[in-house]
Parts: sequence; structure tokens; C-alpha cells
Amino acid sequence: MKIHEYQAKEILKSYGVPVPKGGVAETPEEALKIAEGIGEKRIVVKAQIHAGGRGKGGGVKIVNHPKDAEKVTKEIIGMTLVTHQTGPSGRLVRKVLIEEGMEIQEELYLGVVIDRSKACPVIMASREGGVEIEKVAAESPEKIIKEWVEPSAGLRAFHANKIGYGLGLEPAQVGKMRNVIFGLYKAFCEKDCLLAEINPLVLTQGGEFMALDAKMNLDDNGLFRHKEIAALRDLNEEAPLEVEASKYNLNYIKLDGNVGCMVNGAGLAMATMDIIKVAGAEPANFLDVGGGATVEMVKNGFKILMSDPGVKVVFINIFGGILRCDTLAKGVTEAVREVKVNIPIVVRLEGTNVEEGRRILNESGLNFTVAIGMKDGAEKVVEALRRQ
Amino acid sequence: MSILVDENTRVVVQGITGNEGMFHTRQMVEYGTKVVAGVTPGKGGQSIDGIPVFNSVSEAVKNTKANASAIFVPPAFAGDAILEAAEAGISTIVCLTEGIPTLDMVVVRQYLKGTDAKLIGPNTPGIISPGKCKIGVMAGYIHKPGTIGIISRSGTLTYEVVDQLTKKGIGQSTCVGIGGDQIIGLNFVDLLAYFEKDPRTDAVIMIGEIGGTAEEEAAQFIERYVHKPVLAFIAGLTAPPGRRMGHAGAIIAGGKGTAKEKMEALSQAGVRVVRNPALVGEEIVPILTKR
Repeated sequence: MKIHEYQAKEILKSYGVPVPKGGVAETPEEALKIAEGIGEKRIVVKAQIHAGGRGKGGGVKIVNHPKDAEKVTKEIIGMTLVTHQTGPSGRLVRKVLIEEGMEIQEELYLGVVIDRSKACPVIMASREGGVEIEKVAAESPEKIIKEWVEPSAGLRAFHANKIGYGLGLEPAQVGKMRNVIFGLYKAFCEKDCLLAEINPLVLTQGGEFMALDAKMNLDDNGLFRHKEIAALRDLNEEAPLEVEASKYNLNYIKLDGNVGCMVNGAGLAMATMDIIKVAGAEPANFLDVGGGATVEMVKNGFKILMSDPGVKVVFINIFGGILRCDTLAKGVTEAVREVKVNIPIVVRLEGTNVEEGRRILNESGLNFTVAIGMKDGAEKVVEALRRQ
Repeated sequence: MSILVDENTRVVVQGITGNEGMFHTRQMVEYGTKVVAGVTPGKGGQSIDGIPVFNSVSEAVKNTKANASAIFVPPAFAGDAILEAAEAGISTIVCLTEGIPTLDMVVVRQYLKGTDAKLIGPNTPGIISPGKCKIGVMAGYIHKPGTIGIISRSGTLTYEVVDQLTKKGIGQSTCVGIGGDQIIGLNFVDLLAYFEKDPRTDAVIMIGEIGGTAEEEAAQFIERYVHKPVLAFIAGLTAPPGRRMGHAGAIIAGGKGTAKEKMEALSQAGVRVVRNPALVGEEIVPILTKR
């Protein structure tokens, strides 16, 4: 789960990481009030959406008077911000973060992620801050310092010292950096993060470290033990159909093609998208109704994928193991009867009770194209598209 | 032969009195798996279909000589269940649970380093040596005893491939689902080493997917240490970056972990990479006849 910059900063602040003075506003009036609290100095107004590249897209403005903060907030709230991470349709801005501007000496990078191969958290730091760390990693990996933290011993002062001195900081700065590293790491662990990043971590003219931007990705699997974090989910930032799917515990991701897919199991769902592409068409979505899907899940999944107006053909690809194909065929026929469908549906069923499942489909009186095998299914999908 | 589990494997089911645990215990027994014990704290002394239930894994091991475990425990307690099995001396731990917090698995993996226990999963359909032993939730009847080893990050996609093989009369030595999470136990590299050593495995099929670098690590390992033919399919060529594709571990993060990178690494290591998931069964035939 992603959260907003202002939410990540509030969490980091509670762990002792210095953040600029400020607050979040949903109206120009609120913005003015926060800006007045900062005073007549440089003030930064930042659009709050779950995507990077906001500055380039016009979602970050610097002003010198609280009145101007109010004025630019009026412009930013309600605008559709397009960045390299939002896609061409952009994202509607509903909130802005009003912050005191900083006199910046240097921009650094500090982040914690899970190293999957080593199965432990790794802290990464660099003096090349303010740019995407992936870019630094690709172009000059020697500029990134990495420290792996073994969970039983935990983060120790020596890790922080290695990072601080490794970056070439002055001893007094290393001490301050240590506090930031400890705060970030503790927040990462206690909130069940998959990523916690301060980019840039700035060194101010006054010689203090300050989190100028912050990003946190939370582990969905850990949310059950963090009610306060789960409450930070912003449904406005997610595609409406994906929100709908999540209510039924379905994994749905909207894509740009025209073949709606419904599959049981994540790996088979990805493979189905791939085979559609191999056959010469484009998948409209990823939809995993679960390795052990029920009739109810199949029905809900079908309704969701049919709500996408881009879908011209549907491909249902189910491999029934413990779950029986006849049960699934019943779910599919019920769903098709409930949702009025006037586009071709190609169904491929395999596994337990497959004969019975195919019989139910054939005798339903509904217009299914029954495919034998995945390859046949994908080819029938392309054929159906061509006929349209 | 087979790897990790066979007709002599004695299984304890952790969480045997739950719905899932009980259902799949019966399925496993029906397949011929020797399920010798169950564990549910507080329900020691009961029995399920004649299988004795104990309060702890170590009690179960002491009384029944169980040497493998199947974990059907909710996500909040599953990490704990893995630790308990390892502490009790279980050598093969199969954790079926989906949804274990990643940081719980960080601690589990570190603990396992100090033991001989081998962990399969979590978030896996399990492991099966056809005709001998099934620890997991896969449908047993689609499998057939034979000489192909399968290592996979996926569930139903593995059934798909197994089905293609079986329908061609090609059997499997052992099929292992390594799990769809970010942090798992045995990985491609570990299992490739087992299959390489297994005299009855002639070739290995790897089913990978986007996310992480396990397939790239496997490619390096294959280049140096694996002499048996390996065939691979990588799911997610059409997956968008930055999105979690169902499995917690299936995500292209920071431009890394794409299917294309993995396919290239494997091809360079001499692995036959199949792009069409429907043709895995077909493509293994010439590899087998060449030997």
C-alpha cells in the first residue's frame, strides 16, 4: 500500500526524523492558515498524489508570502497532474502540503528496502540525492553505500557510522545523520514497510539534516497489525474498478488492451496475458479470482471485468484442481445471465470434472466459444476480435 | 527417484483442526501421503480420522517420528509455526499460508540458517513426488510418476504445465512450488542442485515470473553447475511496472525484475526459454529424445 508524502512525513517525524514545518490543506483557506503559521518567508506548496515527478508536472510551487500560498493552492487543488508516473490521464489533486522552504546546501539520498536475495533489510545512502536512485544505481553504483541489517542484532551504531563516514561526512554531521538513519529504520520495521525513502534528505545551510520528501510503501500482509496505517489508504488514488475488486478479495489490474481476462491463480493469469499477446492481441486487464475461486468470486470478477468499456472479447481461462470445473461453469453461466453480455466469450476449462463443466457451458443456451487448451483459447480470442 | 519427499516421508499437519487443514489432510491421505500426526495447541489428545493431534510439533515428533510438516495456519501465526517446526527438528517444512508479513519471514529465514530445516514456501501449492507423497493443495491426479523435475513460483500455472506433460505421457519426479512471496525458503538455485544430483531426474522445468532476481541467480548457477537440460517459462512479459501481479513477490520495482531480463539471463546460460506457456509440454519432447 502506498501513502502520501505528508503521511509519510508525519510518521517519520514521530520517529525523530526532522521534517520541514508545515501541514496538509484541502482548501485555500486551510493553506493560508498553515502558511501564516510559517510566516513571511519562502513557502513551498506541493500537490499530494501517489506519484513522483510532481515538480516537473507543475504540482510544486514556491512562493514568498502566505497570501501567495493561498493563491497557488487554489490553482493546484482540482488540477489534473500529469507526470511520468501517472500515465497520460493524470491524477486529480485533492490535497496540498504547505511547508517552510529550506536553504539547501546539499541533497542526499537515504532509503531502506527489503533485499529479497539476502532476506533482510538493506539501508542505502548516497550523496547523489534528489534524482531517482535507480538511475544512480545504473549509472554510478559506486556512489551508493549499502548496509545490510541482520534482524536479530538489529541496526547498530556501526552501521550508521559506516554510512556517514562512507559518504565522506564531517564527524558532527555523522552524529546527526545517525539519528535520521535510526529513525527511518525503526519506522520501516515497526510499520511493516517494504520501502521507506527520504529523497532528497537535505543538508541545510544551517548544517541540519531534513527530510524534504518522503515515500513509504507498506506491506499489505502486515496491515492487519497496523489499524492506524490501514486507515491512511486513499481510495481516490486507486482506479475505481480496482477498489471495487479489492472489496471481493479479487486481484484486478486495469490495462490498455481489449481482451478481458478472468483466470484463477496469479501465475496463470500473467501467462494468459502473455499468450494473448503472443497470439496477436492485447489484454485489457489482469484478473486473478484465486487458485481456489468460488462461484461468487467468479461472478463478481466477471462483472468487474465487464465494466471496462474497452473490453471487446472475454477470455476465461480456468484450471480447476481441488476446485471443480462444473462448479466454475455454473458460476460463469450465472454471471453471464446476470450481466447482459453482447460480446464473444471464449472459455477454456481444464482439470477436475472438465467434461461436466463443458457440458454445462454447451447446454446453457448462452453464446460461449469453448476452447480446448490455452493456445486454442488465445487463437479463438484473436479470431473473435477479427470478426468484429 | 525424487527429491525431498517420498514414500518414507512422515508428515505432521500444523493447523489440522482448521477447515483448510482438515480438508487437505484428507486429500493428502487419499493420495497416499503418510500423515502421522496433527498439531493444534489446546487440542492435544483428539484425533482426526484416526490421526493423533498434539499440542506441539516436538510432542508430535517424539511420538510419531514425523520428519516433514505441512503448515495450514493463519498468516499472523504462520511464521511462528515455521520456527516451531524447525526447532522440533523437522527437516522439510512446507508452508502453504498466503499473506505472512514480509518482516516475519526475515526473522524466520535468519533462524533457519542455524538449522538443517528446509523450508518450502510460504504461499505455495506445496510439493509432490507423484505416486509417493503429496504435501500441499495441488490436485494429485493430474500428475504422473516420471523423470521431469519442476520448480515453480506459481500454483495453477504449474498445474497447467503438469497437465500438458502428463497428457503427453511424460511423468514428473518431483514438482516443487517455491512460493509467490518476496521472501521464501528454498529457491531455484537450491532445488536445481537437488535435481542435478537426483539420478532419476532427466530434465528440469523452471516456471518463473516477474520480480526479484531468483531467475537470474538460477541462470548463473546453471551455467556453472547444472548439466541436465533446463527449460524455462517466465510469466509476466506483459505485466506493467510497479504493480503487484497477485503474488506479493510479482512486481517490477525500479525497472528491475522484468520477464525480459530473466529470459535473456536464462537463454545466455543455455536454458531453453519458451515464450508460449501452452507449448512447454511440446518443447520438452525434443530435449528428452536428444539425451
